[in-house]
Amino acid sequence: MRVLEGEKVTKYFGGLAAVSNVDFHVDQGEIFGLIGPNGAGKTTLFNLVSAALVLKSGAIKFKGERISGLKPYQICRKGVARTFQSVKIFGNIPVRENILLGALFGTPTTMSAPNAANQAAELLDFVGLSQMSALPARELTLVNQKRLEVATALATKPELLLLDELMAGLTPTETAEAMEMVTRIRDRGVAIFMIEHVMKAIMGVCGRIMVLHHGEKIAEGTPQEISTSKKVVEVYLGE
Amino acid sequence: MDITRFTSKKFLIPGIISLVILIALVILPVYGSLYMVILITAILMYVIITVSWTMFSGPTGYMSLASAAFFGIGVYASAILLPTTGGKLPLLVVVVLGGVISSILALLIGALTLRLKGIYFAIFTFGLLELIKQVLLWWENTVTGTRGRYVMLVDNDVIFYVMLAIFVVLMLTAYFIRHSKYGLALQSIGENEEAAAHRGINVTMVKVVTFAISAFFMGATGAIIATRWTYIDPYIAFNGLFSFLPVLMAVFGGIGQLYGPVIGATIFAYLEEILLTKFPYFYMLIFGLVLILAILYLPNGIVGLVPRLVRRLRKGGSTEQHAST
Repeated sequence: MRVLEGEKVTKYFGGLAAVSNVDFHVDQGEIFGLIGPNGAGKTTLFNLVSAALVLKSGAIKFKGERISGLKPYQICRKGVARTFQSVKIFGNIPVRENILLGALFGTPTTMSAPNAANQAAELLDFVGLSQMSALPARELTLVNQKRLEVATALATKPELLLLDELMAGLTPTETAEAMEMVTRIRDRGVAIFMIEHVMKAIMGVCGRIMVLHHGEKIAEGTPQEISTSKKVVEVYLGE
Repeated sequence: MDITRFTSKKFLIPGIISLVILIALVILPVYGSLYMVILITAILMYVIITVSWTMFSGPTGYMSLASAAFFGIGVYASAILLPTTGGKLPLLVVVVLGGVISSILALLIGALTLRLKGIYFAIFTFGLLELIKQVLLWWENTVTGTRGRYVMLVDNDVIFYVMLAIFVVLMLTAYFIRHSKYGLALQSIGENEEAAAHRGINVTMVKVVTFAISAFFMGATGAIIATRWTYIDPYIAFNGLFSFLPVLMAVFGGIGQLYGPVIGATIFAYLEEILLTKFPYFYMLIFGLVLILAILYLPNGIVGLVPRLVRRLRKGGSTEQHAST
């Protein structure tokens, strides 16, 4: 079943088509990758899905229901959570309360306080931050801030998680751990749509990959197909 | 959120202190002089405006300078609705109405302007104050042909008790907001509004409603204090000082804690009274100096001193222990 579906998704910034006529879909239980050079429109596409930006034309559907036109908080409550390229956590709020926020406000059905607390505890454990639950989030290292951001996103009980460059700035060991975490999230039944520049990571975990270039979709397929596509190689390495 | 937190020692001591203060206030008219009652009424007024301001602007970081507008609307509501000027409503109803009208205005203003960030919001809210003041002046000059109004006289003890009641309700409201999930939401909005929206928080709603709640208390306070002023006009009711003072008092006391603004406003208001009577010519100068010193050396306000003191005491204690072992 298709969790997320985009039809002719288009967005202009002034006269520039940041995303133009892009069709895509994410299936239940899959990890779908999104790659492309800088300025290809990857983050713009995420912003359109999560309603940080408004579509110019086209439609985005979540589980068959049109979600374009909703507000960000409504999209979140429908079951689409996201992380940001530059980590957006609440620095002065303790780690545990960061996660609690997601559980208290972002879930499809309202959660009681004790349930939210349990959920937070479980997620702290899942991302390995239980020891640091009382620290203000700003005191965490980058990798732990990223883990925290993922945990707050998961606290909203999403069916689809958008990860925007989760591995950027991480060491090779941390990247390997992050890849493992991504598959564990998938195993919880959450479909994943991820932007990534670290090729090894994206080729390793994704079932399918889409390539954007100047706002247009130039390729889509399995990691194998993508890595051997002449068009993709041209875009990345020059003609 | 869990019951144990309320019964734990951490809450016992502040709870007892608050209760003792409350009892002392309730029986104040019995043992205190008339001057005391009037002075404490004025202090409570400042505390209410400051705590209400902090309730919204503290966690969200939206610097509202509309306090004087909400306060002034309460003042005018009282002047128009109380018996002397043709109205026939009981005092308590008028006080509540003053609050309600202010909060309705806050809802409208909030829905319109809370998308403005930083300095723009501050300027707009201050502009609002001027706008209302000028419209009222124009109205009084051209339509009613009178400048200012008399407000019904009310017994000082009654004014005091109404003020105290507003204060108690406000403190309870502020406490529960702070310790509920909405308090957490407000704080997250202050830290990163975009991220808060993407975590399922209806940021507009949370902001506007809190803004309106804070305006309610300002309006109610204006409505009751008007009866003490007896004569009001647009310049008195919509005095810009009431927009800036709460900010100063809250910063002076410390925004991080619920009792910070209370202590800040209390000291500030008392200081104002003392300076005004003892040094009428230098009062603003001394006032300014105290403020500058507070901002320079007390970045977390007066209450910021408490953890510092506690730490120093603990440190002293632990070294003693160390020496003895």
